[in-house]
Amino acid sequence: MANIISDETIEYVGILAKLELSGEEKEQAKKDMGSMLDYIDKLGELDTQGVEPMSHVFPVKNVFREDVVTNGNIREEILKNAPGEKDGMFVVPRTFE
Amino acid sequence: MAKQYETVIGLEVHVELATKTKIFCGCSTAFGGEPNTHTCPVCTGMPGSLPVLNKQVLEYAVAVGLATNCTITQYCKFDRKNYFYPDNPQNYQISQLYLPICRNGKVEIETEKGKKFVGIHEIHMEEDAGKLIHDEWDDCSLVDFNRSGVPLIEIVSEPDMRSAEEVIAYLEKLRMIIQYLGASDCKLQEGSMRADVNLSIREAGQEAFGTRTEMKNLNSFKAIARAIEGERERQIELLEEGKKVVQETRRWDDNKGESYAMRSKEDAQDYRYFPDPDLVPIVLDDAFLDGIRRKQPEFREEKMLRYKEEFDIPEYDIEIITGSKHMADIFEATVALGSQPKKVSNWLMVETLRLLKENGMDPEDIRFSPEHLSRLIALTDAKAINSSVAKEVFEVMFEQDIDPEKYVEEKGLKTVNDEGALRKTVEEVIAGNPQSVEDYRNGKEKAIGFLVGQTMKAMKGKADPGMVNRLLKELL
Repeated sequence: MANIISDETIEYVGILAKLELSGEEKEQAKKDMGSMLDYIDKLGELDTQGVEPMSHVFPVKNVFREDVVTNGNIREEILKNAPGEKDGMFVVPRTFE
Repeated sequence: MAKQYETVIGLEVHVELATKTKIFCGCSTAFGGEPNTHTCPVCTGMPGSLPVLNKQVLEYAVAVGLATNCTITQYCKFDRKNYFYPDNPQNYQISQLYLPICRNGKVEIETEKGKKFVGIHEIHMEEDAGKLIHDEWDDCSLVDFNRSGVPLIEIVSEPDMRSAEEVIAYLEKLRMIIQYLGASDCKLQEGSMRADVNLSIREAGQEAFGTRTEMKNLNSFKAIARAIEGERERQIELLEEGKKVVQETRRWDDNKGESYAMRSKEDAQDYRYFPDPDLVPIVLDDAFLDGIRRKQPEFREEKMLRYKEEFDIPEYDIEIITGSKHMADIFEATVALGSQPKKVSNWLMVETLRLLKENGMDPEDIRFSPEHLSRLIALTDAKAINSSVAKEVFEVMFEQDIDPEKYVEEKGLKTVNDEGALRKTVEEVIAGNPQSVEDYRNGKEKAIGFLVGQTMKAMKGKADPGMVNRLLKELL
């Protein structure tokens, strides 16, 4: 494997993704990430001189909607997805600014 | 000699756009709804939901860009800005990093020190977050997603400002442009315009920038001015003590008049932006841009020049009236209905401003129609009501936009022009106030004022004071 993921990197990625990994999981994640990066490096072998960077996979552009209200009040439905509900709102762990 | 420091300021201004619906879904943006009643799978970040761009958002953003002399990015797209916070249900905000809709603009500002340009680095479109409410009782937080997905533009200036005056002039300028476009009401207090101040200091004459801090939570021009002064002093003090300014985000507490560093999230700076695959690229041709250009309104500067040429009203009036697009619209519409510009301006400058101030309202909140103002002016012109009755009627009109003609008719407020009836009242007043009559006859000119007042009172205010005066003098 050409790409070696350091302990610091996997720790940092874990923080960014809000994941707590056990020692074993960390080792596995390091291996997986390394091989993913190897796979990506393969693309670097291609000559892309003169090729426009692609920002979207479909040849579609300018998909818009008109500024018209189409949605009504479906609060009850929406709150079914909430981890907890109080006074019509989603309950989440206490969060400070 | 003490060192001289220069303050260097750049602003990030968020403006909430006045669209009817959110940026990526058909939910209403109306204020005041019960929590989460304006939500759907898109703006609550449900997996599998598909955002679709509101065309009006794009048009407003381009219009603001053109009005601020920006180059419009004709191939533009959206990116995801990744971070975890409960008011952000997708765990990313849809924003623009790589190809923002507008770049390289500038606006001219004017302060007591003269005119100068402030550069605009870029303007990008993005979505607002939901609202977090802290529940002390249950020691948890509650989220209302009604504001989640409300469209914003963020206007990022170059670090071109050097003082609080320049910052305020710049914000006023942006506010005028955006209000005239109808793209937002830009109210700092209500959060439809939010300014974050990036500030650093450097020794006078130096080229390199110092380390900057970002100040948040500034809800008024006064708070902005105080925060700038406070932060400048804090940074100077640090440098004078041989310490370093730390690059951080600080929150201004306007009550205490000081700022404190916001708890820095260990991962805060790594947003891992990448193109949003759910949203397709936007390609704007010249015809689209020309279409927006053609729809651009007459902006404030042009309007002021035109008023100076067309209307015989003081320059100060012009400044106040054009200081609000809504007020200027009312002024022009009332004049178009045939009222004399000077009279329309007077009603706006005196009574309207007084009532706005008394009620803590902005000119944008004016509700009376030009038709009704023009009718009220016609009533006074025809001497059908006197000026104090007119003021009374105006107050009701200001509150409820009543039709002054009907109101005057219904309440029987018309001036009594029947000289016979008035003469009779005057005679009674003269008979009932012998002391004042005596005083007047003994040369006390002022005594007549009292008699006019008594007559007006007896007539319940519905008399023409000029006529009362004439009759009194005649009968005395």
